[in-house]
Amino acid sequence: MSLYTRANTPFHMHLVDTAQATDEQLLEVSGELGLCLNLHEMKQIQAYFKAQKRNPTDVELQTIGQTWSEHCYHKTFKGKIRFEDGREIDSLFKTYIAKATKQLAPKWCVSVFEDNAGIVSFDKGYGVAAKVETHNHPSAVEPFGGAATGVGGVIRDVLGVWADPVACTDVLGFGPLDYDYNKLPTGVKHPKYVYRGVTAGVGAYGNNMGIPTVNGAIYFDESYTGNVVVYCGCIGLLPLKKFRKEAKTGHILVVAGGKTGRDGIHGVTFASAELTEKSEEVSRPAVQIADPIEEEKVKRAVIEIRDRELGSATTDLGGGGMSSAVGETAERYGCGVTVDLDKVPLKYAGLAPWEIYVSESQERMLVVVPPENLKKALQVFQKEDVEATAIGTLTTEKRLRLRFEGEMVADLDMQFLFQPLTSVKTAKIEKSRLREPVFPEPADHAQTLMQLLGAPNIASKESVVRSYDHEVKGNTALKPLQGNYGGPNDAAIIKPLDGSWRGLAISCGMNPNYGKIDAYHMAASAIDEAVRNNVAVGGQRIALLDNFVWGNPEKPERLGSLVRACEACYDVAMAFRTPFISGKDSLYNESPLGTVTPTLLITAVGLVPDVRAGVSMELKAAGNLLYIVGKTYPELGGSEYYKLKGFLGKTVPKVRTVQARKTFYAMTKAISKGAVKAVHDLSEGGLAVAASEMALASEFGLELDLTKVPSSGVARDDFLLFSESNSRFLVEVDKKDKATFETLMKGKAYAEIGKVTKKPKLKIAGLQGAAIVDASVEDLRAAWKRTLNRET
Amino acid sequence: MKLQDIRVLVMRVGGTNCDAETQRAFQALGVQAETRHLNELIKQRNLLDYHALVFPGGFSYGDYVRSGAIFARMLSAKLGGELRAFIDQGRPILGICNGFQILVEEGLLPGFDGVSGYPEVSLANNIPQGFKCEWVYLKNLNRGKCVFTSKIPQGKVLRMPIAHGEGRFLLPKEKEEQLLQKLVDEDMVVLRYCNKNGSDADGKYPANPNGSFHDIAGICNREGNIFGLMPHPERAFYWWQQPDWTAQQFMPQFADGKLIFESILEHLTKKL
Repeated sequence: MSLYTRANTPFHMHLVDTAQATDEQLLEVSGELGLCLNLHEMKQIQAYFKAQKRNPTDVELQTIGQTWSEHCYHKTFKGKIRFEDGREIDSLFKTYIAKATKQLAPKWCVSVFEDNAGIVSFDKGYGVAAKVETHNHPSAVEPFGGAATGVGGVIRDVLGVWADPVACTDVLGFGPLDYDYNKLPTGVKHPKYVYRGVTAGVGAYGNNMGIPTVNGAIYFDESYTGNVVVYCGCIGLLPLKKFRKEAKTGHILVVAGGKTGRDGIHGVTFASAELTEKSEEVSRPAVQIADPIEEEKVKRAVIEIRDRELGSATTDLGGGGMSSAVGETAERYGCGVTVDLDKVPLKYAGLAPWEIYVSESQERMLVVVPPENLKKALQVFQKEDVEATAIGTLTTEKRLRLRFEGEMVADLDMQFLFQPLTSVKTAKIEKSRLREPVFPEPADHAQTLMQLLGAPNIASKESVVRSYDHEVKGNTALKPLQGNYGGPNDAAIIKPLDGSWRGLAISCGMNPNYGKIDAYHMAASAIDEAVRNNVAVGGQRIALLDNFVWGNPEKPERLGSLVRACEACYDVAMAFRTPFISGKDSLYNESPLGTVTPTLLITAVGLVPDVRAGVSMELKAAGNLLYIVGKTYPELGGSEYYKLKGFLGKTVPKVRTVQARKTFYAMTKAISKGAVKAVHDLSEGGLAVAASEMALASEFGLELDLTKVPSSGVARDDFLLFSESNSRFLVEVDKKDKATFETLMKGKAYAEIGKVTKKPKLKIAGLQGAAIVDASVEDLRAAWKRTLNRET
Repeated sequence: MKLQDIRVLVMRVGGTNCDAETQRAFQALGVQAETRHLNELIKQRNLLDYHALVFPGGFSYGDYVRSGAIFARMLSAKLGGELRAFIDQGRPILGICNGFQILVEEGLLPGFDGVSGYPEVSLANNIPQGFKCEWVYLKNLNRGKCVFTSKIPQGKVLRMPIAHGEGRFLLPKEKEEQLLQKLVDEDMVVLRYCNKNGSDADGKYPANPNGSFHDIAGICNREGNIFGLMPHPERAFYWWQQPDWTAQQFMPQFADGKLIFESILEHLTKKL
């Protein structure tokens, strides 16, 4: 007997006989309707409708499925986690991420974790909103569309807090571009195809919308072959007194922007499942179609509605489409809601009510307006050639009611809908079986350096960066690429407000390779990298965003490493006094090629008190002194050097938080006092690569002496050159500022290790005194630019 | 006319996205500059209230069909009469990047024999292919006709950023030399891509970033009151927008793009 009965309606709807269903059948329903709910959850639904003495409609089941999905509800981060030894964590989110922010409680945090984007104060009554999203699964199936709609989605998140987007970021992870075609399983696209599509998609959306893409990174890792990683970020500006969240009963819901179609059905449930060979076939409709111009128009209208104070709340239609936007809006303002789904403008006729309600068609915003403002608000949309329609009303009775052609198609208790079962998952910490490699010190360090500069994770990404407009809006004060040779600046600075010299420093940190060794230190290193990149250009008062990309959390060891990473987030954020203001997790990144390398992206947004004090990374003048700040340890585990040699290693770089914080503080002082000419952070490839980059971005050379480098337990030249110890900088100082700089650095690990030379050569003397590197800067530059700047 | 009485219109439609910074550049020089949607102008019929018209950069109407083509058709269809009057009165029109593409599609540039009504030249896909955002060097070749470069000495090298995927200036192949001669004779060539020291780019990448014929980056009409260019002067207005200010001991207070805005305002204050 079928559990589905066609409802007696002129349109397409089914009733599902859950009351009679066995456990097995409940799971079947979950599968057949694409709900991705487990048996506990299905039984909860069964019980609810039994008590109501009726069976659910497909609209109701879909609504519940979307609302309870991992993507919308973050069951793993909000749920309980049990370890084998009995230890229990009640919500990773509350225990670690939000706890740091709560304990630090800085006054400048205006709104954290509550809305679509985190908000911090800026200047002259303005606030800065920031959000970073992942769009991995759609990008794996359709690289261009997946990436483009990822950008579109995160921009709408920022609009969803009434902020005008001023900058975008993108951090991407691909499999090796030279991946063997023969090793590629069916259904997995070649990294080169994915790389081209994703970078084109990111560029197309940001460029068309006229939002500069100012910061980002590209990583290559074997595990990203089956699980492409696409992080899209957006920063916006809003006058804080226009930050309106005051929707109430009687206010009208207006859906504006793109029309609704069958694209993007079940995007969120798709995002909460593993990728399989069938993903393409089954999930192609889950990928939406991008139309950046539509969103540009919607943006204009929403900002005008904000400025004229016509709206009482807004949110974007993203994951879950209307089902999450409508439900969450009602829930947030303590109301119920009634929506007439037949009023929603459609791309084509014939959509069933449930399809309309869960469709993730792009470029749509939900704006709530008091009835007296409705006409004016609709006129604003009309002027911008944007279709906008009143579809429903907030109600006193706390029920979610959906109607279609006059028939009630869903009628759910809000409390039931927004109180899903707490998930309980098991975690296990895996013992590391890794070992440190033993190998003799190679003779030719210069050759190693050339190879490292050309390594995909280090090599110039100029061909991609320049395909993104990073100057539109005319506010990019420090560009992603510096000088005539496109040197890699540590962070971008934008100056978003006319009449204010304040700037925003935007940087990121990510160390996937360390994640293969230890998730705790990987996460700690990512925070350190994001913060030091920000500090390096003059950023202060830094806020962080966390974005996890992990494997299936149902597998205890995956969840165990996630817990470890969260622990690091709390510890390091507390030590650095850098609160998290927003975050997002993307779990279930598994493909026929295996799980994704545990990856945490940290995005840092710092305040630059005066952009005129901003610092770039290229060498400025011959005769200037070069300092290293921070101590070097024998920490080569997960380094690019080991990778080049074919090792992973074990001694992953740690963050010594107390010293690191002192170092950052001193650097900030030195920069704001104008005592430095150039600063560059040490990351992949260590000292040798950072020094090369400073030189190859300039007309000058460098002479360095390794014997002077402050270190602990490092007895080999190659380890000093290529160790990736955290919290280190190279700093160029004018001789006249020597005393000032050294006074500021007193008590920190630092040393003058060389000078800038007129001759464009990189000369490094080793521990024995002899020259171990003597290379022309032109060669270094060529090696660095070659890998990715060919027509790949 | 006094600067503060001059009214500049920055016209936008869906997909225009460089209007704010273009308006800001004019306002910084003390004139009234307003951004208006084409829909508002169609309703209010007030194009002739403005002394100068600017089409800023962006991707108007998504740049579907061809870059600038839809905006141009909308202009002809909905605002054709007023626009014609605006031009006949010799009022200045500036097109930046997508704005240049619009002026070409509208047949306002080059206008070998006056307004053509169809594109006489092409701004084709870049070679090397793809969207590119970078700073370039430009040389002012205009002998004095273009009102947007009146303050810039002939031969002066300027630096501004480009950000486009379709900016390769092409003349019809069969009449290429003849039409180029006409552009030169009539003083319609304004900006050419060049090397840092001002020497000819000779069509070579990266000095010529998009493969433009004769390294052409910007041209004006025969009368000199309509000017289109691919680079973005509004992104090269303040010193801190320049790519190398962190490396300079002493930075000039403004960047080169400002000269274009100053030129047109000087022209307007003198003329009106």
